[in-house]
Amino acid sequence: MLRFVQWLGHHSLSRIRAAGRLGLFLFSLLPALPYALWRVALLLKQVYNTGTLSLPIIMTAGLFVGMVLGLQGYNVLVDYNSEEAVGTMTALSLFRELGPVVAALLFVGRAGSALTAEIGLMRSTEQLSALEMMAVDPLKFIFAPRFLAVVIVLPMLALIFSALGVLGGYLVAVGWLGVDEGAFWSQMISHVDWYDDVINGVIKSVVFALLVALLSLFHGAEAVPTSEGVSNATTRTVVQGSLGILALDFILTALMFN
Amino acid sequence: MDVHIRVENLTFRRGARKIFDNLSLEIPRGQVVAIMGPSGTGKTTLLKLIAGQLTPEKGRVLVDGEDVHRLSRRRLFALRQRMGMLFQSGALLTDLNVFDNVAFPLREHTNLSENLIERLVLMKLQAVGLRGARHMMPSALSGGMARRVALARAIAMDPDMIMYDEPFVGQDPITMGVLVTLVRKLNTSLGLTSVVVSHDVQEVLSIADYVYVISQGQVMAQGTVEVIRNSDDPYVRQFLQGAPDGPVPFHFPAEDYKKDLGLC
Ligand SMILES: Nc1ncnc2c1ncn2[C@@H]1O[C@H](COP(=O)(O)OP(=O)(O)OP(=O)(O)O)[C@@H](O)[C@H]1O
Ligand SMILES: [Mg+2]
Repeated sequence: MLRFVQWLGHHSLSRIRAAGRLGLFLFSLLPALPYALWRVALLLKQVYNTGTLSLPIIMTAGLFVGMVLGLQGYNVLVDYNSEEAVGTMTALSLFRELGPVVAALLFVGRAGSALTAEIGLMRSTEQLSALEMMAVDPLKFIFAPRFLAVVIVLPMLALIFSALGVLGGYLVAVGWLGVDEGAFWSQMISHVDWYDDVINGVIKSVVFALLVALLSLFHGAEAVPTSEGVSNATTRTVVQGSLGILALDFILTALMFN
Repeated sequence: MDVHIRVENLTFRRGARKIFDNLSLEIPRGQVVAIMGPSGTGKTTLLKLIAGQLTPEKGRVLVDGEDVHRLSRRRLFALRQRMGMLFQSGALLTDLNVFDNVAFPLREHTNLSENLIERLVLMKLQAVGLRGARHMMPSALSGGMARRVALARAIAMDPDMIMYDEPFVGQDPITMGVLVTLVRKLNTSLGLTSVVVSHDVQEVLSIADYVYVISQGQVMAQGTVEVIRNSDDPYVRQFLQGAPDGPVPFHFPAEDYKKDLGLC
């Protein structure tokens, strides 16, 4: 029993300490962020690494999720003779929820883990130390461009995900199940609100992007400089990132759509 | 004597282990100073303390009269532009090829034209014999080659001082000879202060002006090469001759061997 209390105390203390370090990390990173705008070449390279290279997985996943939504939506709605609403339903689920959330989840696995591993290895091979010795600040040169790239790229990926999803829903509902094409689009356009649905979805994915960027860079910087340490750090990014995205999504949904 | 680097009463700890206990030493300007000592005594740690990458528990480090650990980040970075450091592992940037690695500090800190940068980089690469490898990526280099590229990078900015961490390890005898001469030549032609950490006793002694032998957190012996060579301190003799028996422990501090094996 005493052991358990001791373990609990130790465990929560180390959690609190880690949260403190995360805060400090963010605090020291903030002033470095403007430099990333200045070094366009570095930023574009990271936009390519995190964004362009994530496109295939995001687009494929978006298409499939949209197709499933179209199929499921049709099956439910057809009983109420309102199968034209399948377009509205697909678009709303995508722009409000599934686009931001699923894109962010895929992104943590695809790009967040890669960032953590890259920075963890840079640390273990002393590249970060070498930069410091050459009077180049790793916060400005390595961390800031990556942070900003993630924040720029993820909202765009989420929108692309949703757009492809709508296309998938269209293909299934109109192309395969024979829903009327005009009704599919007109219903969707009249029921999906630009501000309420699309912009709120974008705000969600910006928040997710901040979380993913912060976690993947922090765990990379904290990785114990061994192969095991780097692999643990990568796992931590993916696990904490995914859970964090889902928790934040609940909070944001409650705030936005209530 | 003009002191370039002064280490005063330095105490540094890793966990419970004291790596340095009240260590003091001076490195005169324009000389080649060798720092020797058994593996794990903290030679790399000392270089990192001098460069301000680690902070001591007590004591201070003065470089050019400036207290490294009291400087603002901006002033520290300005100071580091005048410091070169060759890392034990090379520490090349793995996403840049050899040429771009050597060009990196020049591109970051100067406004030189690409043309001039190219000429400078090729000169530095020529000096370490790797001009032909300029297009290779770090992952394709051998350990010895990587370290030579790192050396070219360390001298790219023409610093006032260079700290070499094991520059000769992993080099074949010919390259080693070239590097030994290069270190000496850089020192005389550019007036650099050179701090050389090395286990290659004969090579280091052939170019050093002054030698520090450190062990167990203290300076065990110091002096010119003559003094060190002729020292009758059993500790120094053992270290220079590489004898397994003597006052220098080969083992990292540990419990009694028999006890550890459970024999008594
Ligand atoms: N990151 C670290 N965490 C804990 N202890 C460390 C760390 N780095 C080094 N040490 C310890 O500090 C001591 C000095 O290490 P250092 O690398 O400075 O030795 P060294 O003299 O350069 O050895 P070598 O000749 O093998 O390179 C070692 O005993 C090592 O165990
Ligand atoms: Mg070392």
